[in-house]
Amino acid sequence: MTSGIAPVPAASPQTVAAHARPMPVWLRVARSSLRLWRVRIGLALALLVVLLAVLGPLFAAHSPSAFVGAPFAPPSAQAPLGTDALGRDVLSRVLNGGRTVVWMSLAAASLGMVLGTFFALLAGTSRPLVDDVIMRTMDVLLALPVIIFTVLFISLLGPKDWLVVLLVGIAWVPQVARTARGATVEVAQRDFVRAAQALGVPRRKILLGEVLPNIMTPLTVEFGLRIVWSIGAIAALSFLGYGIQPPAADWGLMINENRTGLAVQPWSVIAPLVCIAVFAFAVNLMTEGLARTVAGVDRGTSN
Amino acid sequence: MAVARIEKLRVELPGAVDVVDDISLEIGQGEVVALVGESGSGKTTIGTSMLAHARSGARIVRGTVTIDGDEILELSPDGQRALRGKTVAYIPQEPAAALNPAIRIGRQLEEVIIDHEPGVARPERDERVRGVLGDVGLPVTEEFVRRYPHQLSGGQQQRVAIAMAIILAPRLLVLDEPTTGLDVTTQARILAIVRTLCSAQGIAALYVTHDLAVVREIADRVIVLYAGRVAESGRVDDVFRRPAHPYTLALLGAVPDIARRTSLVQIPGRAARPGERPSGCFFHPRCPIRVERCQSGEVPTVTLAPGHLVRCHRADQAAQLEARKPSPPRPVRDRQPLLTVERVNAVHGVTRVLHDVSLSVDDRACVALVGESGSGKTTLSQCIIGLHEKYTGTIKLRDKQLARSVRDRSREARRTVQYIFQSPYNSLNPRRTIGEIVGLPLQLFFRSSRREMQTQIDAGLERVGLSAGLAGYYPDQLSGGERQRVSIARALVCQPEVLICDEVTSALDVSVQAAIVELLRGLQQESGLSLLFVTHNLALVRNIADEVIVLSNGRVVESGETESVLDAPQQAYTKQLITDTPSVERASEVTRAS
Repeated sequence: MTSGIAPVPAASPQTVAAHARPMPVWLRVARSSLRLWRVRIGLALALLVVLLAVLGPLFAAHSPSAFVGAPFAPPSAQAPLGTDALGRDVLSRVLNGGRTVVWMSLAAASLGMVLGTFFALLAGTSRPLVDDVIMRTMDVLLALPVIIFTVLFISLLGPKDWLVVLLVGIAWVPQVARTARGATVEVAQRDFVRAAQALGVPRRKILLGEVLPNIMTPLTVEFGLRIVWSIGAIAALSFLGYGIQPPAADWGLMINENRTGLAVQPWSVIAPLVCIAVFAFAVNLMTEGLARTVAGVDRGTSN
Repeated sequence: MAVARIEKLRVELPGAVDVVDDISLEIGQGEVVALVGESGSGKTTIGTSMLAHARSGARIVRGTVTIDGDEILELSPDGQRALRGKTVAYIPQEPAAALNPAIRIGRQLEEVIIDHEPGVARPERDERVRGVLGDVGLPVTEEFVRRYPHQLSGGQQQRVAIAMAIILAPRLLVLDEPTTGLDVTTQARILAIVRTLCSAQGIAALYVTHDLAVVREIADRVIVLYAGRVAESGRVDDVFRRPAHPYTLALLGAVPDIARRTSLVQIPGRAARPGERPSGCFFHPRCPIRVERCQSGEVPTVTLAPGHLVRCHRADQAAQLEARKPSPPRPVRDRQPLLTVERVNAVHGVTRVLHDVSLSVDDRACVALVGESGSGKTTLSQCIIGLHEKYTGTIKLRDKQLARSVRDRSREARRTVQYIFQSPYNSLNPRRTIGEIVGLPLQLFFRSSRREMQTQIDAGLERVGLSAGLAGYYPDQLSGGERQRVSIARALVCQPEVLICDEVTSALDVSVQAAIVELLRGLQQESGLSLLFVTHNLALVRNIADEVIVLSNGRVVESGETESVLDAPQQAYTKQLITDTPSVERASEVTRAS
């Protein structure tokens, strides 16, 4: 026992034991969001629809274009959900018709995210003039209704899957760019970005290494929203006849083809409708839960 | 009779984890009681319990809070609401957050009366608003009353917040760090106002703070809090002259003082947060004089003098401890200017913030750049580092001129001048691991191999007193002090010659500040670094700097050796700054007014 306060060396190593295990932020978000029922349910339903879309064709009893009975025949042993306007099996067409809308909506949403984020990073960290030019261009795009914009180009170039994805994707760019630019501006003025600038880190690396990881949380939430909107837009385009073309099986298209028989054979419309609705609902539910968790994790109130 | 009394208070978080427990205190009429403790010690929790409020998640589970004889925890929610603002008023740390930015201040003050005393007529309300503005030393003009909060300075905003609190003539004021973030001059004015108000109007005040020097200036009695328990309490004179708890001593040793150059004593380990508190005396793992019985069981409270209580087994031993040590002698240094700033004029938009500023930092010297907020000290340091480009004049390293923009500087120039930011909560990328953060400059400047980098990162962390095992962690898993060490490590791995420290300790607790200051002092001596230490804290300047440059409104008003400037200031501005700096030691020499 010393009689004076012992001088503590300037470097007294802190013990690692005093800290919780290291864990990246995305993992923490994933873990705590999975504690929410809405996320669990949303995830389960979304996986269910994706599995249905991907593996469905393997379980279809008939070819989606085979005629199995009279038009609008009620459910029977051969066609459990009845037949459609041309006498094809509704169940087989539902099992086959998900793949297009699922991949197209995911692709369109991703495209919109990548392009929108790119412009946002550029605008949010550039001189005011460049920022203004980019963002005002976005505003002009934003003024065009998505359906009018896509229908315009499709009627010029013809209905092709890739074109639908491209146009719907581009249509989301302004929305994504708005969200991402706000987040970028907020992050870009924080000290760790200035610290990287002071070290002379190249701009590209600052954007990708310092700014982008810190706007991932709003972007993730935005991605969910964009998927939901893409599902709606692509199904709507198919319904209007500008998306998937007959005789291909597609949920959106099926609703259009069979709507005349709604009173006679409701299953031919309800089945694809429910699939689209469940997918959109599930992704939305998940996104909402994620947004709540992210807010909590970023504020430090959720572990 | 005491105006306010807390007895055996216990506040819990979910899971029966106590934030504070066994808290008893008493505040008499016109008396100012200071509640001192570091972050997480529970001082704000006790402050808000005086308003029968606990922050969300926390719950007051035991104890009584009596104000003017009324037990306020028993009141109905409506009764408690009527009490807040009327009988007990709260002044928060952030004055800007307490004022509605969209309402003129006169109207805001008036609303307090309308809410609590609906019967009062317009002319009388006006008169009371004017009276209270006069009380806090604000101009009583029609123009001023019609201003919006953003048209006031931080100090004026805080005075409006105080006016709002006293307009209903409350019995008790709870002030939660009301001067943190304000300049010393403004702080001195606020402290004087609080003192006068309390003694003139007989208001009792609970003053929550982490700053011992402020306590010395303002309080009659002090309560030292550690890990949610009272460690020591008593009259300010008794506690400061004969501190008996090892924690009080350690705190006193950690505070730099403008009166004397000392080496700052850091407290080993970290403060025990709710839920991770040890058995026995909570301070024992960090205590230099602990014995067997400190490690378990209840600690008795000992009365040393009337009203001077201490909760420690070894209170009789603590008296022998020497809190302060004289600092090591200043190293001999060459008079070789390393960094020179010549006639720099800088603008922010259309405002000129620096006027013909010239200074030089010698090789191996520590130069302090002192000034109030808005004096241009941060702009100047950002000019030096190349982040603020809009200036004229030259900045040279040795005899090479540094380009205005960091983008135009050579790799060597960027490496040699390093900058440490004020807030460690903001200067580390939250999405990168500590290893990646410290490794970034290594990649840029040395192109080391992966294995070399790993060793350099580990060495860098150990050099600032962090375990190399922390490399895999993320910044938010570290405490403020640890984060600031990471910031320093990031600068040091560059092997710089000049380190610019911009208010690096102002966001930290005093004990952590002591550790960081001693770390910088040690590093400076061991590796021959030159430091430009930007601060508003003159006490720190006394402790660390060889030379000091005083900046006011973008002009250098005085500069020279630290001792000569602080002991014999020539300029009125410097004298004012020195007088306004609260001091633990100086106050003890002067007879206190009350």
